[in-house]
Amino acid sequence: MRTRISSKEIEKDFVNKVTEISGQNLLVCYQCGKCSAGCPSVSEMDLLPNQVIRFAQLGMEEDLLASNAYWVCASCLTCNVRCPKGVNIAEIMEALRQINLRKNVDHLPMANITQETRAHLPTIALVGHLRKHTA
Amino acid sequence: MKVAYYPGCTLKTAAANFETSAVAGLERLGIELEELPRWNCCGTVYSLASDDLIHQLAPIRNLIRVKEQNCDRLTTLCAMCYNTLKRSNFRFQQDPESLETLNRFMYLENLEYQGDVEVLHPLELLRDEIGFAKISKRVVRPLNGLKVANYYGCMLIRPHEIGLDDPENPVVMEQLTEALGAEPVDFPFKTECCGAYQTVEEVALVVSRAYQILTSAQSWGAEMVAVSCPLCAFNLDQRQREVKREHVGFKRIPVMYFTQLLALAMGLGEEVLRLDLHDTDPRPVLKQRQLL
Repeated sequence: MRTRISSKEIEKDFVNKVTEISGQNLLVCYQCGKCSAGCPSVSEMDLLPNQVIRFAQLGMEEDLLASNAYWVCASCLTCNVRCPKGVNIAEIMEALRQINLRKNVDHLPMANITQETRAHLPTIALVGHLRKHTA
Repeated sequence: MKVAYYPGCTLKTAAANFETSAVAGLERLGIELEELPRWNCCGTVYSLASDDLIHQLAPIRNLIRVKEQNCDRLTTLCAMCYNTLKRSNFRFQQDPESLETLNRFMYLENLEYQGDVEVLHPLELLRDEIGFAKISKRVVRPLNGLKVANYYGCMLIRPHEIGLDDPENPVVMEQLTEALGAEPVDFPFKTECCGAYQTVEEVALVVSRAYQILTSAQSWGAEMVAVSCPLCAFNLDQRQREVKREHVGFKRIPVMYFTQLLALAMGLGEEVLRLDLHDTDPRPVLKQRQLL
């Protein structure tokens, strides 16, 4: 499978947006993989956290937005605490969620949650879920 | 000492046992929790977007309520509320310009927030202001060597700048456990995320996390897991039903809040424990250790 990497992709608005919303300098990451090693959710992710950053560095917008990695992220901050370069990977994950949600489209709409599920779950689970997965 | 207290949504409902045990237990140590009037949802989870001020309104508004009570300290039990309130506070303490923007937006409030409230967790009060030696002396019903695995989760200890203990190897809950006469059981997954809010849609992820955390605690000899977060409590307790379905050999283990263990040690009765809110019944283990 061929993937095209070019400076045109890197200079795209998408990379700027991720940088701005996350407040992180993506190029600081040197792909050590500590974030991926510590992430408790990797089993459900189609891209590892360090791969997410690599794709973001290279401006691979379509592949990145199609990934489920940043939706599965639970914002546990283990990656942030362990990064030797001080990159906040969790913030980058948040930026990717926001790029989608700010189009005013819910990732997981409230309607998906049945009355039964709502009654069973503690309020905090619903609030956290709605904050991270809906517009 | 009186401390302004922020309950948060879940401590009034599914985690009422956390609140009732905390209020009663802490009172025995001279800490009186005074609930904030007109508190609103803290807006958990803390917004990680650098340009997002709107989601900072909710936590900061609560800190305005604290100032309205002429207090400069706020305590909260729920780890997620603690994290959100403390992080939000820290953020604006570092950035007076955006604090000004926030205050201008909240022009209908009676005062402007200056970043001068301190957000504390009761574990910090117990460790730094009461001290474990004093707590030990006040123990009326020692916990008879109950083997407790203390599970910290994420929000008490990460990020480093607001955490109440070391993010990789926190010890405050173990110190409390010892002071209460129980035996702390250290295990490798005490700071591993339980999956948090993913429990709404990604149940498989939470089940897998819970299984790993609980079986690890059990393999190190734990007969009880202590937590400080209603979401962790739900994921580690209620979700044991799904864990059992996935892993037939799994043996259930009770999950309690550290304040319930504190209340027990202070000699308080079952009424403040609200054991009816647990899915895995803690009574058999507690009876075995002659604590009930």
